[in-house]
Amino acid sequence: MNRNITISFGLHTLLVIITAMSLPFLSKKPIDLPPIVSVELIQISDKTNIPFAPKAKKIIEKAKEKEKKLVSEQAPPKIIKKKKPDSVALPDEKIEKVKKIKEDKQNPEKIDNEVKQVSEFEKDSLFDPNNIAALIDKSKIESAETTDKLDKITQDQYKNFDNKGLSLNEEDALKAQIFGCWSIPLGLPYNKNLLVRIRLQLKPDGSIIRSEILDHARMNKPGQGFYKVLAESALRAIKLCQPLRVPTTGYERWKDIQLNFDAREMLEG
Amino acid sequence: MLFRYLLLLLLALLPIKSFALIEVDITRGNLSPLPVAVSPLSIDVKSEEGFKKILMIENLGSEISAVVENNLKQSGLFNPLNKDAFLQKPDIAHLKPRFEDWNLIKAQALITGKVSLVDEKLRVEFRLWDVLGGKEMMALAFTTVPSNWRRVGHIITDKVYERLTGEKGYFDTRIIYVAEEGPKTKRIKKLAIMDQDGFNNKFLTLGNELVLTPRFSPANQMVTYLSYFKNLPRVYLLDIETGTQEVVGDFPGMTFAPRFSPNGKKIIMSFAQDGNSDIYTMDLENRIVERITDHPSIDTSPSYSPNGKYITFNSDRSGYQQIYVMESSGKNVKRISFGKGLYGTPVWSPRGDLIAFTKLHKGKFYIGVMRTDGTGERLLTENFYQEAPSWSPNGRVLIFYRETKTNSKGEGFSAKLWSIDLTGYNEKMVDTETDASDPSWSSLLGN
Repeated sequence: MNRNITISFGLHTLLVIITAMSLPFLSKKPIDLPPIVSVELIQISDKTNIPFAPKAKKIIEKAKEKEKKLVSEQAPPKIIKKKKPDSVALPDEKIEKVKKIKEDKQNPEKIDNEVKQVSEFEKDSLFDPNNIAALIDKSKIESAETTDKLDKITQDQYKNFDNKGLSLNEEDALKAQIFGCWSIPLGLPYNKNLLVRIRLQLKPDGSIIRSEILDHARMNKPGQGFYKVLAESALRAIKLCQPLRVPTTGYERWKDIQLNFDAREMLEG
Repeated sequence: MLFRYLLLLLLALLPIKSFALIEVDITRGNLSPLPVAVSPLSIDVKSEEGFKKILMIENLGSEISAVVENNLKQSGLFNPLNKDAFLQKPDIAHLKPRFEDWNLIKAQALITGKVSLVDEKLRVEFRLWDVLGGKEMMALAFTTVPSNWRRVGHIITDKVYERLTGEKGYFDTRIIYVAEEGPKTKRIKKLAIMDQDGFNNKFLTLGNELVLTPRFSPANQMVTYLSYFKNLPRVYLLDIETGTQEVVGDFPGMTFAPRFSPNGKKIIMSFAQDGNSDIYTMDLENRIVERITDHPSIDTSPSYSPNGKYITFNSDRSGYQQIYVMESSGKNVKRISFGKGLYGTPVWSPRGDLIAFTKLHKGKFYIGVMRTDGTGERLLTENFYQEAPSWSPNGRVLIFYRETKTNSKGEGFSAKLWSIDLTGYNEKMVDTETDASDPSWSSLLGN
């Protein structure tokens, strides 16, 4: 009896000690105040004397040249001689049969899958060497755009980013990249639920290991045919964009990420 | 044993560093045309020779793919890539596309196909591939008479369009319009019909009588139009499939714009009795005429909603010409347009969500759309003179006609058909052999 009480007492004591040790105020570190940096306020003129990234300009030009070689221009519509119209008279009473169109009706039939799709492609990453320069350029522009936002982030916010989501500029960079890749199917019914949630598992370089549509079952529901078109467009965007523009550090934070594609805002506007 | 429990307890209590799943909301995308590769449809030597004899066409596979390519480009939603950049041969691509090659030229979708001559009939099979996903999205085959090859191209485009945009296509359709020739004061007007891409143009009347406002039935390939016979307005019914034509009736006074009900069983129009223009319907089976509006103002241009429950029309009952909506029985008349200027020719979208109209404001004509309650008015295009919008069967594109200004000598007049999509971009002139006005878009021919 006494033995049991002793064990119980011991375990409870241990529990109290462990709980107390994990309380935040005990492990609180002294606030690490950053050194004061003096800032000189200057007048911003309309024009800058600093030349705009000459290196970047060269890279952009190189990339454009490469794209010119690879990406084909719009083919002009083929000029086909129009056939002379058959002038068919339709007097009020005597009516000729202009054309037997009933014969023209099509009978679409499904083709048996003669060819089985090889999945080699899915295994290979969609590495596009021609896109690297363009991506570098874009990232430069993005970082320039987001510098302001970064400056506004307070110390508290930085602290949160350590163990929470992406920082504002990290998220902005990723969003901007995907915005450019996502071709929204314009025929979608804008008054319906147009949200597709895709969960991704990423490699440290931002390429995709696995992608999964979270509401997969919706595809087969009656009246939700548009959802398949929307989900496919979102998957295409991710594949087109990879490797995704992810932070260089903190892989554990973002190795699993969820992208919520919502087309309603664009289609309603 | 006790030690084990203790260990388990300790493990459970150890603080574990875990991360919440990061979620990023993507609420914007690009609306630029989707890059598509339309590979020429492959054809075997025997079939090629056969089609050369029957149709006098060198390579039917390339011709059909050109129809598809042109349709996709004209829609403004797709960017067909230049064939010179294609690395894979059409026959091999149709069996097993090398997606890396198509990805290299930035194609996101690929269309391949095969054409063959089987028992004197044209057999076309095609496949749609998702280049980035590396998978087949669709595979279909069609068999028809060889002379029908352009329609096959249109049907393929419809299928591809539907699979990639989520809404039905509008390519396997025809447009009926009034072909105009001669000087403005002495115009010869004939009824004409063509494919939506301007090909296969045919004149349906000789031009001896004035024809006006041809309108396709939303349910089938019937057309109703107005013609003057011995200076009396007469409403005709024309079956495009059989070519048969009948007179619906002679109407006194001014008669305007007959239009079908959604099920094609009634015609709605306006005509004047005792100097007062009102809206009437006529049942095509028993020819019973029913009066819908009874108001001393001028009520014209009626158009049914796709479910047949409502009618939109224009009336000057408020003092100026505006757009109104009422129940199909004529009850609960409600004005929906309140903007500056005059509103006319309202047409209900086949999707049911919008009403297209012509607006006259400060001497300029606009084609615009508004919601069925009158909110969200958007003017799509502005010009010197343009009117009579007609919807494509999927409710995405409008076709209308536009007239140019004449000079002081009365020269330089022309009337042409134009199309514009709901975004207000992608405005295009539709090629016609003569001047053209009053277009009406058919429903899909396969329906």
